[in-house]
Amino acid sequence: MSAPLKRLSLRETLRRSPGLAERRLFGAGTSVGLADIAGGTTLGEAGPMLAGRSVLLRVDDPLAAAIALIELDGVARRIVLCPPDLADESLPGVIETAYVNAVVYDKAPPPYAADLLGARVTLPAKASDELPEASRDTEWVMFTSGTSGPPKMVAHSLAALTGAIKPPVAGEAPPLWATFYDVRRYGGLQILLRALLGEGSMAITSPAEPMAAFMTRMTQLGVTHLTGTPSHWRRVLMTPDVALAPSYVRLSGEIADQAVLDALAARFPGIPVGHAYALTEAGVGFEVNDGLAGFPADYIGRSGAVEMRVVDGALQLRSSRAADGYVGETAAALKDDDGFVDTGDMVELRGGRYHFVGRRGGIINVGGLKVHPEEIEAVINRHPAVRMSLVKGRRNPITGAIVVAEVVLHGCANDEAALRAEILADCRQSLPAFKVPTSVKFTPALALNANGKLERAIA
Amino acid sequence: MTLSAAAPGDLALLEQEPCAPGVKADLKSAILNKFREVASAQSKTIAPLTDDLVLLESGLDSLCFAIIVATLEDELGYDPFTEAEDVFFPVTLGDFVRFYERAA
Repeated sequence: MSAPLKRLSLRETLRRSPGLAERRLFGAGTSVGLADIAGGTTLGEAGPMLAGRSVLLRVDDPLAAAIALIELDGVARRIVLCPPDLADESLPGVIETAYVNAVVYDKAPPPYAADLLGARVTLPAKASDELPEASRDTEWVMFTSGTSGPPKMVAHSLAALTGAIKPPVAGEAPPLWATFYDVRRYGGLQILLRALLGEGSMAITSPAEPMAAFMTRMTQLGVTHLTGTPSHWRRVLMTPDVALAPSYVRLSGEIADQAVLDALAARFPGIPVGHAYALTEAGVGFEVNDGLAGFPADYIGRSGAVEMRVVDGALQLRSSRAADGYVGETAAALKDDDGFVDTGDMVELRGGRYHFVGRRGGIINVGGLKVHPEEIEAVINRHPAVRMSLVKGRRNPITGAIVVAEVVLHGCANDEAALRAEILADCRQSLPAFKVPTSVKFTPALALNANGKLERAIA
Repeated sequence: MTLSAAAPGDLALLEQEPCAPGVKADLKSAILNKFREVASAQSKTIAPLTDDLVLLESGLDSLCFAIIVATLEDELGYDPFTEAEDVFFPVTLGDFVRFYERAA
């Protein structure tokens, strides 16, 4: 009836796993056996009606989101995976651009979705003989931060998302994965997929779970494989020496400096501490396992699943793991004519290794979350006393960078402190905490380049 | 101003070398005030600030610590995390204060 699938659906992969009965997804409050998901459903009677649809996954609890992903893969035509900080106001644009015609939620139906077919995830899974058959290669749509206005949507296939995942090694103990990332972002989804395809289990955290509680839970469960950003790991290093003893430690999502690599090597002796490079648009790029910051110069130009080149100081990747493109008829091209994705990550060659030095266009990486300065400047510039503003990154040993702002006023301020408080209050109202400037400096002028644009350094 | 108007504390400060205990007490209270200030600005409920308070359980997140370290650098002129030769991550509030005291 239809073309053979490029790869088995997640549910079918689980069904073929020999040790399925022992495998679980552990949420902050409850856990679910993977066998129950393979043979049952959490989506109720509406579940089978989601077949062939473009489904908005607007689920509050990340464990429920993970289960819905397993159920929808191979069934839905498209899954639009909302990250936790996606604003409700973005939904109408997302629904229109991605031709969404169904929504999966857990607490209450989201706003702007009244006209859509709705299905609610309800735990635990109920056994069912009438599960929809996996009959298509579902398109997975993830979000990436946008300059301003609507967030960008990036379309992946499961084959591309899982391209870097090696098959499980026979005879090895099943891994128990965990990550500090949210499973609804690229970095977290990678770990969920590794757990599902690698005959493992996973501990899933949520934005509501304090990190100390997650650390305790991971220790009690005996997590073996743990990943996070350098900022996440610095936070781990600031915890008492708990019994958490992973055999696999990976950093990604931010520049891994030598200090954090050395500190982790000391905290977890005898196991390799690796760092990896991945980008939502370009997929998983490469791993570095020699304990050193940066990556060897000979990674550039080598052949394989991922080819890399450096153009004008920026890293570019050509990879079978890259996304297919941005979603939307007016969206820009994601790859150039040769198939390379420009990562926007700037590198510098020093002593036989390339080191990451920041991002082009002044994009600021705060603990793995990318911040476009224009978005914050737009909020600041709304204040009637502000003529223009420049938002930039400031290096920080805890989160890699923080956001700071320089502001030019119309005339002089009568009360700088009061004005600063007003501007910051505006920012707190419209922006998540990591995007709010940590300092606002008033300055008489800002430098413009020859094109009349704000001069932006590499952040 | 007559001599008797000067508080004893002022006299003591005049006689002290830069790294005397009084300066350390000031540094500690500056750090504790910074913890309270950032917690309030970020709408976080902060635990009682004792020396053995585990930073991870203080109620502050990574962003709060990032802001604390940056604003202390502006006020003190140094950031011991970036300057340290040995990699060190403080676990308790007492560790955090001593880290700054050693770098002062």
